[in-house]
Amino acid sequence: MSMQSGAITSGTSYANRILKSEAIQRILAFAALLIIIVFFSLSSPNFLRTQNIEGIFLATAVNGILAVGVTFVIITGGIDLSIGTVMTLAAVITAKLVSEVGLPIPVGILGGLLTGGVAGFINGVVIARMRVPPFVATLGMLYVAKGLALILSNLAPIYFDRGSGFTNLATGVILQIPGVIEIPNAVLIMFGSAIVGSFILVRTILGRYTFALGSNEEAARISGVNTARWKIAVYTLAGVFSGLAGIVIAARLNSAQPALGQGYELDAIAAVVIGGTSLSGGEGSILGTVIGAFVISVLTNGLRIMSVPQEWQMVVTGAIIIVAVFLDMIRRRT
Amino acid sequence: MTDILVQMHGIDKSFDNVAACVGCQFELRAGEVHALIGENGAGKSTLMKILAGVYRKDAGTILFRGQEVDIPNPHAAQVLGITMIHQELNLMPHLTIAQNIFIGREPRSAIPYLLDDARLNQQAQELLASLHLNYNPKTRVGGLTVARQQMVEITKALSYNSQVLIMDEPTAALTEAESEELFHMINRLRDKGIGIVYISHRMEEIKRIADRVTVMRDGQYIDTQPAAEISIDRMIALMVGRTIYESKPEIPDHASTDVVLEVRNLNRGRELQNINFTLKRGEILGFAGLVGAGRTEVARAIVGADPVDSIELIVKGQKVTIHSPKDAVKYGIGYLSEDRKPYGLITGMDVANNVGMASLRKFLSALGIVDDAQINAVAQQHVEALAIKTPSVKQKARNLSGGNQQKVVIAKWLTADTDILIFDEPTRGIDVGAKSEIYKLLNELARQGKSIIMISSELPEILRMSHRILVMCEGRLTGELSSSEATQEKIMQYATQRSGVVMAS
Repeated sequence: MSMQSGAITSGTSYANRILKSEAIQRILAFAALLIIIVFFSLSSPNFLRTQNIEGIFLATAVNGILAVGVTFVIITGGIDLSIGTVMTLAAVITAKLVSEVGLPIPVGILGGLLTGGVAGFINGVVIARMRVPPFVATLGMLYVAKGLALILSNLAPIYFDRGSGFTNLATGVILQIPGVIEIPNAVLIMFGSAIVGSFILVRTILGRYTFALGSNEEAARISGVNTARWKIAVYTLAGVFSGLAGIVIAARLNSAQPALGQGYELDAIAAVVIGGTSLSGGEGSILGTVIGAFVISVLTNGLRIMSVPQEWQMVVTGAIIIVAVFLDMIRRRT
Repeated sequence: MTDILVQMHGIDKSFDNVAACVGCQFELRAGEVHALIGENGAGKSTLMKILAGVYRKDAGTILFRGQEVDIPNPHAAQVLGITMIHQELNLMPHLTIAQNIFIGREPRSAIPYLLDDARLNQQAQELLASLHLNYNPKTRVGGLTVARQQMVEITKALSYNSQVLIMDEPTAALTEAESEELFHMINRLRDKGIGIVYISHRMEEIKRIADRVTVMRDGQYIDTQPAAEISIDRMIALMVGRTIYESKPEIPDHASTDVVLEVRNLNRGRELQNINFTLKRGEILGFAGLVGAGRTEVARAIVGADPVDSIELIVKGQKVTIHSPKDAVKYGIGYLSEDRKPYGLITGMDVANNVGMASLRKFLSALGIVDDAQINAVAQQHVEALAIKTPSVKQKARNLSGGNQQKVVIAKWLTADTDILIFDEPTRGIDVGAKSEIYKLLNELARQGKSIIMISSELPEILRMSHRILVMCEGRLTGELSSSEATQEKIMQYATQRSGVVMAS
């Protein structure tokens, strides 16, 4: 699941080479995760309870899916602030199609994915062809999607029929060892997204050009790569993952909540950054993103078990983000 | 009879009404190394960029292997078989050697959009081996030395079956040993029948490696000669030309013997090596050299704009430490940068505010509020003294002509009570009429006792204005000339000297 980091030319010490290899940030993130887990396990007996662990996984699911999608964007050196509200818009559209129009669930799902894809496509076109900076373009989309979600939902949640079974998509359990552990479907979808995302990133043209765009877009362009087209593809992909996240969150809540969404993009971006993907682009991995997502959710969960007020949880998460990126910058500079 | 690969005739190219190439021509044969030389701005890079598809010609024809061709973009050139290796390499540092070589043409597997990395690496390995390069194709390019990155670019060029390779200052960033390896590679390529254009300022290298030499000057083609038959002196003479100058204006030597600035032991890696010089009161010290010689770097180091490895500064007899331009102003040193707009002038603000920008502290009233009236008054004084053409001091700076903008920047530094002024390309982008006004101004400032360092790439300007001339080449001071003994040829000789005598003065 990782980019091959080949040998660097002789002249740098062995330690230096290890430090500079891409894998190190993932190893560091993973080590940090382990340390946090150990810390919380020691601080509270409730932490390692099966139910709690299942809860952590479930809590990571939506953020994880969002983070996988936005990893691509960040590797190209861009950013996508709209993934949170696009997720909500997708949820609203899915809910409308199923609950109000009465279409079958698979059609609703398709609608949700398409919503995300179209939003991402528009982002891509605005950024790649109209040359609007990604921050601004996706900020605009954030508000557009938010507004549309509120309009289409008439400012009220849209509920799924209890009997429709929609919620099983997220909370149902296909994979389980009875009496030992149950893995909710949402978690399966998250890991599935991670596996698919990683495959795309490492084994396909889209993935290769994602790195090329972030590493030296001009060099790629001069070599004949249609950089505009592939940039649009990357943002569209992120949009599709947002759509998927919207479906999963709608299933979890058995409803589309139009007021939710804004703010989710920050957790997703934080996960990507903690996992070692550089905001300046050119390198990164899905594995790192997944580890980063778990760092955030484990942290939030552990602090809550320790009865730390929610406000302090945010302070801690913010501090972790700054420290993680700072350490990564230092590592690169030495 | 060797194949003629490329013929360029009557090439014209202008940028914003400034002619970069006029009626230029060039010819390249298979299996030859053809050096292209000329001063900065001579047009050689422009001509080659047209061949490589980076620019489009305004007029003229290009024949490739006898067929007329149009080269609209770099990719088209590559497909034809023409590759340019730029000074700023076109590589993606996070990707591997193999990935860089085959970007845009990756071997695919049977399943659409799926990469076949095994084949990618294997093909890269074969290419590298064919050039006797022992690199692991899975190495990240960012971790390679510049010399090796260049080799990767060459390998990539060859993978396009390039028959024409244009190399722009290829040895600029290389050590002697690495340059040797590059020459071996060039010989190998020559044996394969590839035509190489070698753009360089390094005369000794050209004599060594080139078959023919073409000289350009002021955007025009001058001559082509076999390298073995032309001496370095002749090459320089052709580059510089025999310009008929107006009778050299008498340079009033009011320079006293007071030393106002001493720079000792200025070092920064390879960019600045052991720079030592002095500046006298009322003197105009010219800094000549090719672009990239390090002159701007010296200036920025003096005013603390960039960090250095070592420097000793003695200003008016006092040893000082300058960490930032603010400190420099405190000691009376002002730097007028090369590029007025990004570094010297706030184009959106008016003349008065620009004039006061470096000395706002002087214009604060008791309450700490900026005294606009006072700034306006001072600005008005300068407008009159320097003959700045502007309807009023409230006029936005961007509306002034280039020459007048430059005067505003000068006024700013005068207001800040600086008496050591470093001018970096003071008349760049300024028309002839305004230029002579700036020259008059500089002479007047020197007469008043200000000390001036003038960095310029225009040889006539340097010769005309300087009391004394220092020449730099690749980070070293290679020559010092008094006004009376200086000629364009002597300056060029010092400016192209690869391993020069380090001057101390």
